[in-house]
Amino acid sequence: MMGFIWFWLVAVMIVGYVVLDGFDLGVGVLHLFLVRNESERLATLRSIGPVWDGNEVWLLAGGGTLYFAFPLLYASAFSGFYLPLMIVLWLLVLRGVSLELRNHLDLGVWRSLLDGVFGLASALLAIFYGAALANVLRGVPLQPDGYFFLPLWTNWQPGIAPGILDWYTVIGGLVALIALTLHGALWLTIKTSGDLEQRARRIVTPLWLALVALTVVSLVATIAVRPASLDNYSHYPVTFIVPVGVVASLAALWFWNRNGQPVKAFLASSVYLFFMLAGACWGVYPTLLPATTGSANDITLARAISGPHTLSVGLAWWTFGMALAVAYVVFVYSRFKGKVDAAAPSH
Amino acid sequence: MNAELIHRLHFAFTVTFHYLFPQLTMGLALLIVVLKTIALRTGLDKWDRAARFWGRIFGINFVFGVVTGIPMEFEFGTNWARFSRLSGGVIGQPLAMEGVFSFFLESAFLGLFLYGEKYLSKKLHWFSAVMVFLGSWISGFFIIVTDAWMQHPVAYAHLPNGQYEVLSFWQLLLNPWGLLQYAHNMTGAVVTASFVMAAVGAFYLLEGRFLSGDADYCRMFLKVGVIAGLISTIVIIFPTGDLHGKYVARHQPAAIAAMEGLFKTETGAGIVLMGQPNEETQQIDNPIVVNDALSFLIYGTTKAEVKGLDQFPRDQWPTTLPLLYYAYHIMAGLGTYFVLLMLGAAFLLWRGTLHRTRWILWLLLISFPLPYIANTAGWMTAEIGRQPWLIYGLMRTSEGYSSMVSAGNGLFTLLGFMGLYTLLGLLFTVLVYREISHGPEPKAKAAIAAD
Repeated sequence: MMGFIWFWLVAVMIVGYVVLDGFDLGVGVLHLFLVRNESERLATLRSIGPVWDGNEVWLLAGGGTLYFAFPLLYASAFSGFYLPLMIVLWLLVLRGVSLELRNHLDLGVWRSLLDGVFGLASALLAIFYGAALANVLRGVPLQPDGYFFLPLWTNWQPGIAPGILDWYTVIGGLVALIALTLHGALWLTIKTSGDLEQRARRIVTPLWLALVALTVVSLVATIAVRPASLDNYSHYPVTFIVPVGVVASLAALWFWNRNGQPVKAFLASSVYLFFMLAGACWGVYPTLLPATTGSANDITLARAISGPHTLSVGLAWWTFGMALAVAYVVFVYSRFKGKVDAAAPSH
Repeated sequence: MNAELIHRLHFAFTVTFHYLFPQLTMGLALLIVVLKTIALRTGLDKWDRAARFWGRIFGINFVFGVVTGIPMEFEFGTNWARFSRLSGGVIGQPLAMEGVFSFFLESAFLGLFLYGEKYLSKKLHWFSAVMVFLGSWISGFFIIVTDAWMQHPVAYAHLPNGQYEVLSFWQLLLNPWGLLQYAHNMTGAVVTASFVMAAVGAFYLLEGRFLSGDADYCRMFLKVGVIAGLISTIVIIFPTGDLHGKYVARHQPAAIAAMEGLFKTETGAGIVLMGQPNEETQQIDNPIVVNDALSFLIYGTTKAEVKGLDQFPRDQWPTTLPLLYYAYHIMAGLGTYFVLLMLGAAFLLWRGTLHRTRWILWLLLISFPLPYIANTAGWMTAEIGRQPWLIYGLMRTSEGYSSMVSAGNGLFTLLGFMGLYTLLGLLFTVLVYREISHGPEPKAKAAIAAD
């Protein structure tokens, strides 16, 4: 029971991270080619200025929760995905610093460089996150002692000894890139005004079409790479609500964006991300990290879970702490609600 | 190359660089609360402008602290997998609590503090400063709890699969080692912030800027910096450093012996002020010693016996012993200098002549890097002193690193971090120097728009 609870609590924190940091990553990607002048760029960056570092906190809090609830998974996955994780860290550093620098320095040509770094790091992060999830779904070459080490690539094929990148995980990366860019575009339709808002709304159409196509492709590819992903669904047919939810949220997103209801469209996109992640988690549950070397080596919930006292104590403070955290998040977002004003001084 | 060494260097390098930022933000958060409180009580706008100025410095430091802090949490898993696997049930707890209880609070209210002043009432803006302070100090607390458990494991059980589990949540959080270390460490952060504030005040005064009337920031910063500096530099030695040192002496006697360079057990042991430890001959070369002082400081009597390294098997001596010895001596030596400097500055402040005494202004200005060095040296003392243990008495460092990550891969990312952080350090210096040289007065309209 504790295992079930903590599995989904960690999943909730990951969803929280993807939904929140997802839109500022998407805004980072979009600002490279959506804005036409400095004041539009300012409005774009202002729309995420007060919240982006708070959004990244979800990654830290989620990582910490994973650490104490499933120490074996944390140890195994983090050392096994050593190289891509380090690259993710560098990208996070570069992204945060380039945004901060651009806000403080008025340096002409250097500013364009910083914008480029910010956009590129945002795009690569989205791709890496998608690829990371795909790696988990595909499985990794776990040894009996619970460890593995993945090179960045091998022969680009899923198999017993794959790399971080193969054709399947690249698809995962693309899904994430398009989904988060779309998510960011919807955020901009909420937060910006005028011409920029119109352009953000228009770019939703091609992104949405691409996302629908990629969603289908990724679904088919997942079933092809790991047929067992469907087991839970066929045992509990009621859970086919997840793919239905994916389709419904995509449709709702389209509809509300067309009708000029940006907040609802953004929420639909959040629901889409939720269902995609929840669907993936449900596809592997109760395995946490499948092994390509035979299911005896799988890292399962039962194998990775922390001691019972740790978890019951954790549940008490986690519930309390996250209730507080959600209150802060709601408070901050309500303080900064409405369109951004690019001309106003910040501090 | 040796993978264990690479993983140790990896963590040491990234955490040392990281801690340059939080030590300022934690101390500065307190001083910003002081400025905001005075602003609220006096209603004078210059205190608000001063708080806004330090808020900008804080903001830059915070971002650098966040981006260099994320790797720290990851490295527990990436570089120290075997350690994390067994101890995650215990130390994962405070680490996760830091995220849940502190980072959300801190980032939310920092956003409000920096961007929301015009939306908030004066009281609510003051409140957001208090919450930022609270968030950053809670954050420090959970990190110390984590480290304290590795230094002095309490309230744990050993499960059949080798993992450690928490037995008492409150004993874990209220580990006496952690409480002492927390008091000592947070005081250290206040020392850094007060030295930086006093140095900026001295800088403006020596430059002849912000001298008068409504914008006499140099006197304001000197006053706040020197008063906070005097209090914190005293408190860091007595009682926090004193109590912490005695506790270490009781529970990690080999570490104390190595820190002091005490190779042989002595009754009436002296304190070595200077000298170079020689591991081959097991003595201090060129020593300058204060007789009996060490016995007195640890046990309160000059004749007490202090165990030397000869009492411990060689495989329990802290590794890299000379580094431990120097780190400790640098910390203690600088700490002594800090008190003297702040006593002098506070005396002149009280006499009303501080702003005219150029030599001490110069000393205050050029001394601002020293608390950073002292804080770093203090952490090195704690962490090297714990060696060869990763969890004191339970797990050796050689048993904790990620065996799947080869030395080659570890070196690759270590070099990557070194390159990246060199760049970061340069950019940080430029950013902060620009803010300081611009000063607390509001920016011109154009510059504001870009901010």
